[in-house]
Amino acid sequence: MSEKTIRLIIKRQKDTNSAPYEETFEIPYRENMNVISALMEIRRNPVNVEGKDTTAVAWDSSCLEEVCGACSMIINGKARQSCTALIDQLEQPIRLAPMATFPVVRDLVVDRRRMFDSLKRVKAWIPIDGTYDLGPGPRMPEAKRQWAYELSKCMTCGVCLQACPNVNSKSEFIGPAPLSQVRLFNAHPTGAMHKAERLNTIMEGEGGLTNCGNSQNCVQACPKGIPLTTSIAALNRDTTLQSFKNFFGSDQV
Amino acid sequence: MTANREFFYRKLHSLLGVIPLGAFLFVHFMVNYQAVQGPEAYNAAAKMMEHLPFLLVLEFVLIYIPILFHGIYGLYIAFQARNNTSTYGYFRNWMFRLQRITGVIVIIFVAWHVWDTRIAKALGQEVNFNMMADIVDNPVALVLYIVSIAAASFHLANGLWSFAVTWGITVSPRSQQIATYVTMAIFVIMSFIGIRAILAFV
Repeated sequence: MSEKTIRLIIKRQKDTNSAPYEETFEIPYRENMNVISALMEIRRNPVNVEGKDTTAVAWDSSCLEEVCGACSMIINGKARQSCTALIDQLEQPIRLAPMATFPVVRDLVVDRRRMFDSLKRVKAWIPIDGTYDLGPGPRMPEAKRQWAYELSKCMTCGVCLQACPNVNSKSEFIGPAPLSQVRLFNAHPTGAMHKAERLNTIMEGEGGLTNCGNSQNCVQACPKGIPLTTSIAALNRDTTLQSFKNFFGSDQV
Repeated sequence: MTANREFFYRKLHSLLGVIPLGAFLFVHFMVNYQAVQGPEAYNAAAKMMEHLPFLLVLEFVLIYIPILFHGIYGLYIAFQARNNTSTYGYFRNWMFRLQRITGVIVIIFVAWHVWDTRIAKALGQEVNFNMMADIVDNPVALVLYIVSIAAASFHLANGLWSFAVTWGITVSPRSQQIATYVTMAIFVIMSFIGIRAILAFV
């Protein structure tokens, strides 16, 4: 009786600066596997399709329920989370590659530091520290809280940056994810106290909001269904008004 | 302002594409369309445009300078993109790519078109119906004109769509969807006006 197998072609790389190469693996089939469990199977017995011993494939993962964003990789051409990529739903051979937008650490592990740097740049948080107790902030209407919750689902996974044609080595564009966070924190009643500062940040320097070319791949690719293009268009409206205020002056702060 | 240079250039690029360049393209096509009514009507319309007061100032301020900025900065934007329609073959991603392709086609065409008509005029030729009839007498030139007219129409129509997004006019997905229908209708109408006009010279 012939055993059912799973064939994986994996783009591997020893470290950040070494050249990438492909290695093919064939592992025994089990029901209900995902890409992570297939990679665990390779780790258990790191032998490639030619029967040669090799190093185990390195990958990154944490939550295994699509809320942490760590296990993003390119699976059969498209960037997505490997924990929710079910083997039974994938065409074989399954091709795995690290996301090209980020520096590779090893094999399928990438360094998403640029996204966290962008979040710091746009101040994607609500400053509530003072020298004395500031007391409770203004209340947020429940309908708005539910709306904002959708934007807060962003897990900094990097899939939108990988899908965006304007995020690449020739451009400084910070990408859709951190921009949408500007909208989230500007919408918060306390966060809105720093609205102008965040808007000015995405208008200043290189790689800001206007680098968006409206290909709208991000909103299609986002695994959390975040309305990224609506966020970008809303920020376009806000920054247009902000630029008029900056230039002409305003009677409002 | 200096810190916001990229923001300013991008917004200016978007604005110039519509005002004055989009408006200019529309007027240009309307004048061309006079050719459908015969050589006399076309020559009269061309004369009228040539006799506008402050013509040289108008040409530089409303056409030459905006076209150079929009074209050169546009090339920079176009070649910054890493197109990925083979992986992400969504409608808007194709429009994104076509906007860049048509932009490059139009800027090459405009260089040739200006050489053939404006520079020829500066060297003493008269711009009239016969001049255009001579140019499109060559079937290769006619095909290039038709392709470029369609490309310019698309670039303007789809540019209006992204103008609306860039300036925060259409924010919601539904408003952007409606803008797609409207701008694609503009593409068809502009192509019809432009191509019917050039065929009148054949």
